[in-house]
Amino acid sequence: MSAAPNATPAGAGQPHTQVGAPILRITALRKSYGTHEVLRGIDLDVARGEVVAIIGKSGSGKSTLLRCINGLEVFQHGSLIVDGRHLLHDNPKAMRELRQGVGMIFQNFNLFPHLSVGRNVMLAPHLVKRRPGPENAARARQLLARVGLAEKFDAMPDKLSGGQQQRVAIARALAMDPAILLCDEITSALDPELVGEVLRVVESLAEEGMTLLMVTHEMSFARKVADRVIFMHQGLVHEIGPPAEIFSAPRSPELRQFLSSLQD
Amino acid sequence: MPDFTLWDILRNLALAARWTVALSLAAFLGSAVVGLGLLLVRLAGGPWLGRAVGAYVQLFQGTPLLMQLFLLYFGLAAVGFDTSAWLAACVALTLYASAYLTEIWRGCVAAIPRGQWEASASLALSFGQQFRHIILPQALRIAVAPTVGFLVQVVKGTALASVIGFVELTKAGGMIANVTYEPMLTYGCVALLYFVLCFPISLSARLLERKLAMRTPA
Repeated sequence: MSAAPNATPAGAGQPHTQVGAPILRITALRKSYGTHEVLRGIDLDVARGEVVAIIGKSGSGKSTLLRCINGLEVFQHGSLIVDGRHLLHDNPKAMRELRQGVGMIFQNFNLFPHLSVGRNVMLAPHLVKRRPGPENAARARQLLARVGLAEKFDAMPDKLSGGQQQRVAIARALAMDPAILLCDEITSALDPELVGEVLRVVESLAEEGMTLLMVTHEMSFARKVADRVIFMHQGLVHEIGPPAEIFSAPRSPELRQFLSSLQD
Repeated sequence: MPDFTLWDILRNLALAARWTVALSLAAFLGSAVVGLGLLLVRLAGGPWLGRAVGAYVQLFQGTPLLMQLFLLYFGLAAVGFDTSAWLAACVALTLYASAYLTEIWRGCVAAIPRGQWEASASLALSFGQQFRHIILPQALRIAVAPTVGFLVQVVKGTALASVIGFVELTKAGGMIANVTYEPMLTYGCVALLYFVLCFPISLSARLLERKLAMRTPA
């Protein structure tokens, strides 16, 4: 079944699991670079429609964890299931199927510089989902309108501001109808005045019920939008809870120290 | 002793230059195909195959083309293959040039930011789709200048095929110089003809590069 052109991006992915089962299940995940273990046993369930913010110092493993979820990083132990699909590094076909359900937004946008904005959005649905041309174009225009860039369909990426490029990247990810969207410090490379426009788009996705996992340094945003906040420390989920609890009543000294270091 | 006019010399050299062109074209095409294949093996074939390609590159870059020609021509004959000078020259130049081209192109692919691979992988593209639609178009632009620059080297490299008796421009020049006793004039004409072949290639590289640069995001 293909998605109708007017389907909302949020929740448009086909459910493979029964209602109520976690859309993402990470069990005892360990990853090391050589002898250095960066993830030391992560267990995490994320429910459909949940918004999870991951915070922590640089080097705590939060970006690595995110990149494990769509297989950009290979982990050595543990298991990871997205939408009922096991992540199998050695199986390219299984990886492509899993990745169809997992969108990713990067810190540096990573738009394809040789393709127009419209073609950036249309490329993967055309190649991977074989979405027919007119439907694909209509869907791309609709998604670009959704992120406020309807008039940029034919523009080249380098003619856009960082904030606009990042919004195109969001539209590009949504065009694949992902069941879950990973955001890896997506506002860190932006000028301060451009952060708001990107976060507003992410917030609207959250409101529409998109499952979101975001590594972020925007604490006020995490507090406002996230259902749960994960504090990572030295490769482990150190503390986890609703934002009010994490930010207002941190239990561990490490989290207290991390939060107070942000006050400076 | 017949008299040779300048016209006779040039005409005979031009006829022989056809073989230089033919050998160059065969080597271009052969090495482009082999070089691209080796590049893909290196990108997608895993560590062992990658190392094998690395060894291939080192072997053909680390030995003189002249030795490769000798070894192929006499070596293949020694093990029972009946090789012509033409075939031996084509194969030797293809092997030699493919080693350089695959290395040049690997550098061009490596110049594409890793984020382009990651973003396209995240969109569930296969390796072939990533290469064809994302990496190749971007790498092509930076590959033009060094590739064409190297092809000029290949045209000049065909001169070495004269040592195994293949009658191309240089060999013909030697033969004509011997009968006319006009080595300066003859080899001057030979050099001129090489320049006539190579200059347009360099020129087209510059034009092509400028044309691609216009389409490249600034």
